[in-house]
Order: sequence, then structure tokens, then C-alpha cells
Amino acid sequence: MTDVLKTDGLSKSFGGIRAVHNVNFTVAEGELLALIGPNGAGKTTCFNMLMGQLKPTSGKVYLHGEDLAGLAPREIWRKGVGRTFQITGTYQSMTVIENVQMALISHHKRLFSILKYAHKLYRDEAMSLLELVGMADQAERHCAILAYGDLKRLELAIALCNHPRLLLMDEPTAGMAPKERIGLMQLTTDIVKNRKISVLFTEHDMDVVFTHAHRIMVLNRGELIANGTSEEIRNDARVQEVYLGGGHLFEKDEDQINA
Amino acid sequence: MSLLIAQFLTGLANAAALFLVASGLSLIFGVTRIVNFAHGSFYMLGAFIGYSLMQVLPGFFGFWSSVLLAGIAVGLIGVIVEMFVLRPIYKAPELFQLVATFGVILVIQDLTLMTWGAVDVLGPRVPGLKGVVRILGEPVPQYDLALIAITPFVLFALWYLITKTRVGILVRAATQDREMVGALGVNQAWLFTGVFFLGAALAGLGGAIQLPKGGADLLMDFNILAAIFVVVVIGGMGSLPGAYLAAVLISVLNVFGVSYIPQSTLVLMFVVMAVVLMVKPFGLLGREEVAGEHGQVGEPERPFKPAGKKGRIIVAALLLLLALLPVFGSSFAMVLVTDIIIFCLFAASLHFILGLGGLVSFGHAAYFGGGAYVAALLVSSAGTPMELAFLLAPLGACLAAVIIGWLCIRLTGVYFAMLTMAFAQLLWSLVYQWDEFTGGDDGLVDIWPSPWLAETEAYYYLTLIVGVGGIILLRHTAHTPFGYALRASRDSSRQAEATGIHTKRVQWAAFAFAGSMAGLAGALFVFSKGSIFPTELEIARSFDALIVVFLGGVKTLSGAVVGGATLELVKDYLTRFEYWRLILGVLIIVIVILAPDGIVGSLRKLGERTGLLREAEVSK
Repeated sequence: MTDVLKTDGLSKSFGGIRAVHNVNFTVAEGELLALIGPNGAGKTTCFNMLMGQLKPTSGKVYLHGEDLAGLAPREIWRKGVGRTFQITGTYQSMTVIENVQMALISHHKRLFSILKYAHKLYRDEAMSLLELVGMADQAERHCAILAYGDLKRLELAIALCNHPRLLLMDEPTAGMAPKERIGLMQLTTDIVKNRKISVLFTEHDMDVVFTHAHRIMVLNRGELIANGTSEEIRNDARVQEVYLGGGHLFEKDEDQINA
Repeated sequence: MSLLIAQFLTGLANAAALFLVASGLSLIFGVTRIVNFAHGSFYMLGAFIGYSLMQVLPGFFGFWSSVLLAGIAVGLIGVIVEMFVLRPIYKAPELFQLVATFGVILVIQDLTLMTWGAVDVLGPRVPGLKGVVRILGEPVPQYDLALIAITPFVLFALWYLITKTRVGILVRAATQDREMVGALGVNQAWLFTGVFFLGAALAGLGGAIQLPKGGADLLMDFNILAAIFVVVVIGGMGSLPGAYLAAVLISVLNVFGVSYIPQSTLVLMFVVMAVVLMVKPFGLLGREEVAGEHGQVGEPERPFKPAGKKGRIIVAALLLLLALLPVFGSSFAMVLVTDIIIFCLFAASLHFILGLGGLVSFGHAAYFGGGAYVAALLVSSAGTPMELAFLLAPLGACLAAVIIGWLCIRLTGVYFAMLTMAFAQLLWSLVYQWDEFTGGDDGLVDIWPSPWLAETEAYYYLTLIVGVGGIILLRHTAHTPFGYALRASRDSSRQAEATGIHTKRVQWAAFAFAGSMAGLAGALFVFSKGSIFPTELEIARSFDALIVVFLGGVKTLSGAVVGGATLELVKDYLTRFEYWRLILGVLIIVIVILAPDGIVGSLRKLGERTGLLREAEVSK
């Protein structure tokens, strides 16, 4: 398998605080990779550097071997990286389907077109993406009145508009009911499989992480302390230390995973 | 050298009033997030009330008591304004309150006119401080020295109040997070009222304290408004030392400007502001506003689609009616409708960036007046045929908007608003002071359309076609990908940037487009009047458009046009009365309180509630 994404000594300091320090990892093609860690570990900072929202203090990010240094988020997006946010960012004044159409218009580079009506462009394409995430029945609803879980699914549809090769999902299931979480992660797993997309996601729900992730990385105080399969992570002494200060943390979850 | 020092001291003394007024504005904005347009009116009231008190209270002691009492009186007027005008509309969309404060300006203007009459009054010389002191041989008024000495004390007292006392802590907390302060059990309403009292009192003090130097007149409210906005922005919003520094900087530069480059006095202040903002976008001592998702405050705009069949038929019928106006209407009616269409196009062009783009421009008159002046200058100086001048006007306005937009777009929120205003003022002062080219205050006259358009009727049809065409073009663009990208950039710039939209470039293009449409309105205007004066570039003109967009409903597509037509009609009717400003001001305040969603927005809600319109899903 080839690497889709590779970081090399990625670091970020805010003033004197080292939010992320010397993080190295790769994302393989078709991989569903989880980045976990306690609050304040630096997960979102990492994401912001990958997508160009933040400039690393030092270190590099490579997409298919290409250095992404200095590129704005919109440029990185054009190279095939999609993103969903921890706090959803949708266009509140538009309908659900218009949100998706907006991203499609951008993908087809027709942002400055003033000839056609926007709501008539790429409707079918938008609809099929909404169907994919299970939002087709709400296509004409006003985005401002959606439930939070639906906003998350809408964001996923938006992120898929440019056929990304890599999808960054920052806490995709935060604020969702347990049942919705399972649904969304199942959906993500299917997308990874069917569309040959790699996904890097952060998550606090260990059920979600250990059930779905192919591989798990653990970030603590800005440093990567573990990187491996769920089995390896579960038995990693340092990870247990971070999460519980010793003792076996994830043992109980196994029943649910097997169930 | 000695002259320089004397001039410097004069500048320092002039800074006193400017600082007092500006710090009040800064305080009010910081806590309530209200851009108080009426702040200049508070300043004017302070001057007039102080003047009357000084007639009654004699002597040294009487003078200073008058100053203090004027401050308190204006503070109380501020309290009345806050409690009865602003309190009912705190929940309205952000910046909507500025419409109400604009109404207050009009009301205070006429009340002042009623009370004190249309005379310029000169303040008394201060007993005990009438003389001059010789400093290095140059005479410096004693009163100037007193002002120079007093201002730092006021600064210190305010600084102490804000940073060291419990009240100050609450005020600062409210500046950062109002909701949290409310959740902690602080009565937010009274905190706001208190801040308004203090802010208005400072403006009143400023007005009274400058009486011996400047006197009082009915134009001083607008005259100082630009200056205090500039001071607050240069100093950094919410920074008291910054406001002092900026007040000194502006005043001193002004004194030197008057002596050495008199033809540039009006421009100077805005050049300084533009330079400061380009180097330090948040002012000299200001801090960056907490970055975050701004989007729209309050209920988001509803999704909209191009008008349906029914809507189109109604509009077509209306247009047919307008097209037939020359048949049954008087020429007076044609002139009125011409004015209305021009104003509606101007307002609609502002709505494009303000409503759809969330870009609050306080200087949109620059492109309206700019377009008009381009046409007028082409005709008067270059002898260009009217038709060509007419076509070049929007291009000229577009060029101005491209340049100014490039400089302004990098800023957001209120800083953006201020910088756009600064550039509009820059253009205004340029036109005003470059009289050999632009005619200055006398304007340019005899700018008539070509013979085939000279008849009222012919020009009416030109306005109808071009003006309505422009409005329709703006509306059409709102429905196109470009319009959507503009809304997306406003709703969530984060998501927009993460999906390939260059938000700043979209906003820049929109700014240029809106500018050219305003320029088109300006071209229609100049040939309909046959003349152009610098007033068309003034802040008041920019405010007109701003008020209309909010009044009509900033979150509706037709708000600008409905608001524009309403205001022009009402104005046309009211100006026959002596105190029409008072009536208009009260009317605006009443509309603002009764219809916080603007005329169109509130009518739509009323329609939905009564079942006349299909109800939209509304978020609870």
C-alpha cells in the first residue's frame, strides 16, 4: 500500500506552549485511522495543520509525496483532501441540498458564474450524495433547523463533493446519540471501502474507535505515544497510564465489540 | 521652533474634547456592541446645554459647574434613549440598532433647532482663564493649558474605573461575554443603561468643555462623528489610552495641517487612519477581535429562490404601471419616481454586499457620488458626450471599489465598516477641497443629458429601464453561483475556505460589483439633477442607504427596494413641514421597534402568523 499522507516532525507552539511536538505518522490508502487522546492533547491542532488552517512551527506534511507547506485550506482541498469540523460549519441560510450544491459548484470551478441559477446546478449529483448519507428526505429543509446529528451527516456529504482521496473528520460523532454514532461510523466505513478513500478521524468515544478503526494513534500532550492496532493500543502501558493512570481500561468493551 | 511648540500645545488642547467624546463611543460599543451614530448628537447637546447653563451660572465656579451639569444632563438623555429606544431592540439583528440611533440623530437635530434656534453660538471665555501665557515668546491661551492638564486626569480616572473597580470588571466582562455576565447574576439591563449614561455624559462633557474654543452649532453632530470614529479606530476599539493617543495624534496633525497644507486638512485624518489600519489592522493599541465564526447574528436568513410565477406577474404589472406613468401622471410624479428608482438602485447595491455578503460598508456613498462625479467631470472638464460619460461612470466607480475594496476586505466587522467610511471621507474631502477641478463646495452644474433625453419623460424612461434593470441584475446575481458563494462566505468562511472558495476574492468581486451598480445610480442621478455637490459623497448619504437596507429588512431580497421607496416617499411628503426631521426620526424609531425584522421581514412574519402566507419551518 502507498501512503496517502505523511507527516514529518510536525510541531506547533502557541507562545511557549508546545501544543504538538514532533509528530510523525502516515495514512495508508484505504485506511481508517483514528487519532485519539485526552482533551487538549493536540488533535484538532494537528488537523488544522494538515488542512492548512494553521501553519506548523516546524515539520512538513506530504500528500502523495507532495509538500503542502504554505498552501491555504482551499488549495489543499483542491488536491483532494476533505474535512468535517468538530463544530459543524454549514451555510445556515441555505437549504440542505444547496449546501451540497455550493461545494459542487466550487468543485466544478463555477464560483464566479452569473449566468445560471445556482439551485439548478448539479442537483442530481447533490441528491445522490445526500442519499448516500441518508439525508435525501430532508434535502429541501432549511439548514438552520436541522438536528445536530443531521448537520454532521450533511457535512460529510459536503466533504465528499470533490471526490477526496483523504478525508479528515474531527470528532465526527460528537454530540450524537449512541445509535446515530454507530450509523455514521458504519456509513464512513462503507465509504472508505466503496470509494477507496482514506480517513483520518479523531474521536472520544472508545466504542467507535475500537470497533471501526483499522489503526489507532494516541496523542498526549502534543506527542504521539502509541501507534498500532486496537489490540496493541489496548495493551499499551503508556496509553493505559494516560487514560486511567493504570489498570485495564478497554477490557470491558470487548463484549460490545464482539456483540 | 517656538511656533512648532505652540502649535503642538494647541493640538494637545484640541484633543481634550475629541478624546472625551471618542472614549464614550468606545465604551458604549465595547459593552453593548452598538455603533452609536447618535454620539455626535450627544456632543452637540452637551455644547448647547452647557452654553445655556453658562448664561445662568456666572464666574469661574459657574463655568465648571455648567460643564459638569451639561455632562450629567446629556448622560440622563442617554439613559432615556437607551431605555426607550434601544432596550426593546437588543434582540434584533446586529447593527439594526444603528438604525434606531440614526432616528435619534434626526430627533435631536430638530429638538435642538426648536430650543436654541438656527444660530451659531459662541461659548464664553472662561473667567480666570481668559489670558494667554507666553511660552518661548508664543502666546498660548490659559484655557488651552487647563485642557491639556485636565485630559490626562480624565483618562486616568476612566482607566482606574475600568481596570480597578468592580463596576469596571463587570463592564470588561460584559465586553467579552455578555451572556456569561448575565448568567452570573448581573443585571445586564442596568449595566447597559449605566454604560450608556457614562458614554453619553462623556460626550456631553466634551461638547461643553470645547465651548470657549469652538462654540456650538447645528452641524457639529455630524462634523465630529467622522472624527470620533477615526479616533476610536486608530486607537483601537475599547482601548482608552489608545483613544487618547489617537485624539492627540489627529488633533496635532490637524493643527499642523491647517498651518502648512491647508488644502488637505479634511483628508489628513483619513489618510492617517487608512495608513494605521493597513499597518495595524486593529488600531494602535487595540487587540485583535476574537476570531471565530461570525455569520449572521440572530435568526439566519431564510433560503430563497427566484420569484415564482405569481411574483413575476405582480412585478410585471407594477412595472407596466410605472411605464404608463407619463400618460396619466404629472411631470412632478415622474421626477419623484425617478428619484425613488435611483435611490432604490443605490440601496439595492449596498444590500448586495451588506445583506448577502455580511460586509457592512459605512462608505457606500463613495461609489454613488463617485460615479456621479466621474460623469460630471467627464462632461465638464473633458467635454465628453453624455452617453459616453454615462457609461464610464459605473466603470469609474468600479475602479474605485476595486482599489478601496482591496484595502478594506482584509478587515472584518466594525473595522471594515470604519475603513470603508474612511475612504469615502477621503474621496469626499478630496472633492471638497480640490475646488479648481471639482468645483469644491459649489459643485459642478450644467450637467444635462443629451437633447434626445432632455425631456422629463425621456429621462424617466431611461431611469426606468436602466435603474430597474440594475436592480433586477443585482437580484439575479443573488441567485447565481456567485451570489451563493458570497452567502457561503458570510455564513461560514471556515467551511467555505475548506471547500475551495477563496472567500476574500469572492467578497472583493462583490464589493466591486456593488460599487459599479452604485456608480450607475450616481450616473442616473447627476443627469437627472443637472448638477452634483459634495453632499452626495457625505457620510449622511452612506447612512441613508444603510438605514434603508435595515429598515426594509436586511435578510430579505426585496428589503432594500421596499425600504428605499418607502423612505423616499415619506421624505417627499414630510419635507413640507418645518420639523420634518423630528417626525421622520420618530417614525424610524417606531418602525424599528415595531418591526425588528425590517418592513419586509416583519410583514412576512405577520402574513405567516395570520395564515395569509404559507408558514416556513422555523427553528425553535
